Formats: sequence, structure tokens, C-alpha cells
Amino acid sequence: MNTNDLKLRRDVVAEHLRGVPRSGIRDFFEIVNSMPNVISLGIGEPDFDTPWHVREASVFALEKGATGYTSNMGLPGLRREIARYVERTFGLLYDSEKEVLITVGVSEGLDLAVRALINPGDEVLYHEPCYVSYGPLVVFAHGRPVPVGTRLEDGFRITRELLEKQITSKSRILLLNYPNNPTGATLDMEDIRWISEFAKSNDLMVITDEIYAELTYGKKHVSIASMPDMKERTIFLHGFSKAWAMTGFRIGYACAPPELIEAMMKIHQYSMLCAPILSQEAAVEALKNPERDIGEMRSEYEKHRNFILRSLRDMGLKCNEPHGAFYIFPYVGDTGLSSKEFAIRLLEEEKVAVVPGSAFGSSGEGFVRCSYATSLVELKEAMSRMAKFIKRLRS
Amino acid sequence: MDELLKILKNNALETPANIAKMLNLSEDEVRKRITEYEEQGIIRGYQAIVNEDQLKIDKVTAVIEVKVSPEREGGFNHVASRISRFKEVQSVYLVSGDFDLLLFVVGSDLKEVAFFVSGKLATIDGVHATATHFMLKTYKHHGVMMETQDEYERLKITP
Repeated sequence: MNTNDLKLRRDVVAEHLRGVPRSGIRDFFEIVNSMPNVISLGIGEPDFDTPWHVREASVFALEKGATGYTSNMGLPGLRREIARYVERTFGLLYDSEKEVLITVGVSEGLDLAVRALINPGDEVLYHEPCYVSYGPLVVFAHGRPVPVGTRLEDGFRITRELLEKQITSKSRILLLNYPNNPTGATLDMEDIRWISEFAKSNDLMVITDEIYAELTYGKKHVSIASMPDMKERTIFLHGFSKAWAMTGFRIGYACAPPELIEAMMKIHQYSMLCAPILSQEAAVEALKNPERDIGEMRSEYEKHRNFILRSLRDMGLKCNEPHGAFYIFPYVGDTGLSSKEFAIRLLEEEKVAVVPGSAFGSSGEGFVRCSYATSLVELKEAMSRMAKFIKRLRS
Repeated sequence: MDELLKILKNNALETPANIAKMLNLSEDEVRKRITEYEEQGIIRGYQAIVNEDQLKIDKVTAVIEVKVSPEREGGFNHVASRISRFKEVQSVYLVSGDFDLLLFVVGSDLKEVAFFVSGKLATIDGVHATATHFMLKTYKHHGVMMETQDEYERLKITP
């Protein structure tokens, strides 16, 4: 049998993978990449360069010979810095020796967290629209993904009413991501209060992906892990990709009680071994003076956010005011196009790339995700092209 | 610093309409505040940042350290102000360390700068020593890199 025959035989692929689609973002990426001169608002990473002192530190680390493995848990110095950082920034108390694990981005942290918690058939509740990996990771761990839709009129915050409808005797985990990709939504203190009470009364474990925690505008981020009696049932995931513009370093971390970190560490140890040492060295440097690095980026993003919000509303698009991350999620359903049609026509006719909301789950249908982590020059041009497009659609 | 000033410091050509969107203000309010800054002298002017090394022009820039005896009244201010009035002098700073004033002086050639230093600068009452360094190349000016860096291309769509 040659390899072509093997490709045709679908049944060689594990059963639980067959139904999982490729990321909708990936599909769209192929189309965008084949077109020249596109202004892209489709990018889920900062347009800032990694701060120079961080890059310089990884060059230095390379020169001094940091080219080997680290301990499975990660460099002790980095774990200590992280424990200090999450304490002063989010009021979270973790023991750097037993409760902090360095991961290859939050993506790996999430994978470890669901695999460490799920027994086959367990249900994982998560709000949608959401990051593309949540459902598939749950399926890979033999769990059952249970998306809970969120709505524009609720500011894309998860509501008790919709969450209660989905809870069953098999519900085991609640997965949260605020500030949210793709909507830019954040939670208020009251939300965090009822969600923690809800998790406790239904005995749910909470996995919280707070990768955008530093990027909030006009509101201070509060972690659900800091609520009373939540630490023991929460896995807190964070990293350096967004606030330090370090996406390509692939460096994140998980904080949780020792028995959970131990379980996650086992998977990490046998599958990943450790996060890349150069990235860990860079992360140590990133934590030396984070407030200054992040402060400048945040104040730039805030101006971009104000600009894009006003521009989209001026076009007559319904739009939730995003208070976090660097995304805005306007409603384009009233143009009569599906979110995919809208994105493709905008790309073909005006050469502006946005991501169809449907890539983030069925409740994202009718919306598109625009990232405003792009230069102001491009943002201005993108908005004027998009305004022309909308005007044409409505005429 | 006020966000409005940050925007203009970064790009003085930014339109009031765009600034208004970014700061969530009305266009009129933005215009009014810019005028106020100009009237208060907080905004002193608007200039282009030019990479003069790229232009084939006859021009030299000297960085000059000046030791000054402070006066009983006014300290360094009187001497600094006299030096500042020469049109050859681009910038004047009072600094700490081995000397007192740091000057950036331009001339069309070495001779012209040398003549300025010996004939004008050194003769001012209170100036008792100078050290002149000629500038060879500008790498970064007013926070802007003078050579275009190769951009590492980002993916157009990412999660």
C-alpha cells in the first residue's frame, strides 16, 4: 500500500478526531495570504515589537550558553518572578515551587488543564464566541464541549440564565476567558461574584485563560482565582504573548494548587519536557519592569480602540464597547450577508481582512472580529475602505 | 503627559478628526486644546524629522562641551541665553558632570564651526573652556531610527 492509499482511508485517524474541523481562522488565512496589498485586521498578536531589553536578554542568554533543558517545571528563578508578579498584579498567592508550571504558551497550559481534569464523558462549559481551541481540546481529552452562547446585548458576558440551562450532572469544568478573544468583553465584579458562587454550588472546577489580563481599558482586571475559596478549584492560565508582544516565544504558565500542578506536570513532562530555555530566560527579563512596558502599549491600544469603535459606529454598525484585549466584534448581520460572506467580499472588494465571527463558534455568526493591534496608519485606511464597502452594501 | 500631546509628538500631522476619535472628544474640543497649548507655549512648533545624511549637502554638526563660570546672579542662565541666540547654535543644554553646557552647532564646513568656536563662543565672558567633537553619523534622532530597519513579516491572519 502506498501513502496515497493511506490518505484515502479515513478510518486510520482516531475516531474522536474525525469530527473536529480545522480552525476557521486557518481556512481564511489561506485566502488572505494569496492576495497582495491586504490591510489585515485579522491578526491576534500585538503590532509592537517585543521590548528590546527582553530580546537583548535572550541574545545574551544564547551567548552565555543557555541552550539546554530546564527542569520540567521551568526555571526556578522564573517561577519565583511569576509568583511575585501575580501576587502584586492580581493579588494571587502561589508557592513558586509547587504551584507554578511554565508551559509552551497558554495553548499548552489549556491542553494540560483539560487533560488533567477530564474523565471520558465529562462536560466542559465555556462561553462562546471564544478562542478556536477550546472545543477541540476538550474533544481530544475525551470530554464533551458544551458551549454557552453570549450575546451582544449582554456585552458578551456570560449570563446565569444561559449557563443554568446547560448544566447537567456531568458538568465538571467551567472554562472562562475574560478579557475575551474575539469580543473584547470583560467581566464586572458582580459577574465574577456570581460565577464563583455558581462554580462552588455546582462543584465545578474553573479553568481561567487570562492571557489578556493586562490589556483592559478603564477597568481593572479582577481574576476569579482571587475570590474567596476559589483558589483550590481554579487553574489560572497566563503568559507573555499579548502584554509583552512575545507570541513567537511560546511562553506561558499555569498556577494552581499543588495536586493539580503535579498532574499537569506529568503530562507536560512526558509530552513537552520543558518550555524552551531561551524563552524562559527572556520571560525572566520581561518581569523585571513590566509596568513600564505594558503601560505604553496599553495607552496606545486604548487610542486605537476609541478610534475603531467610533469609526465602526459612524458606519452604522452595532458594536459592543470592548473593555479588554485588542479586538472589537461589530455586528454585520443586518447587511444581509453571513459573517463569512461579509469577510470574503470585504477582502475581495476592498482588500481588508477581518475574521468571520463564525470561526469562533456558532454564536459568532453575524459578527466579524477586527483586531486593532495594528498601526494607526493602517487602521485609518482600513476604516475608510470598510466605510466605502458598507455604504455600497446599503445603497 | 496629556494623550493629545503624545499623539502630536508622535505625528504632528494627525488630523483633529482622527485625534477626536482616538480620545473620544469632539473635533472642536481637540482644535481648542491644541490652540491653548500653542498659546501657552507648551507647543513651540512643528518640524519634520529629516535624515540629513541622505541628502548630499555641505553641512557639519559639532557637539561642543562648554565650561562656564556661573555668575553671582542668574547662575548659568545669562551665558546660556547669550549662546543660544547665535543662529549657528541648534540646541543648548545645561548638564551635570565635567562640563556645564552641551551645544549642538551647525556650519557649512569645519572652518566655519572652528571660526564660530574661537571667534564667538570662546570670547564670551564666563566661558572658560570648550571641547569640540564633530558628529560623524546619526543613527537615531528624536526617537526615530535614521536607517530603515528590515521588517520581519508578520502573518496576516492569526488566532
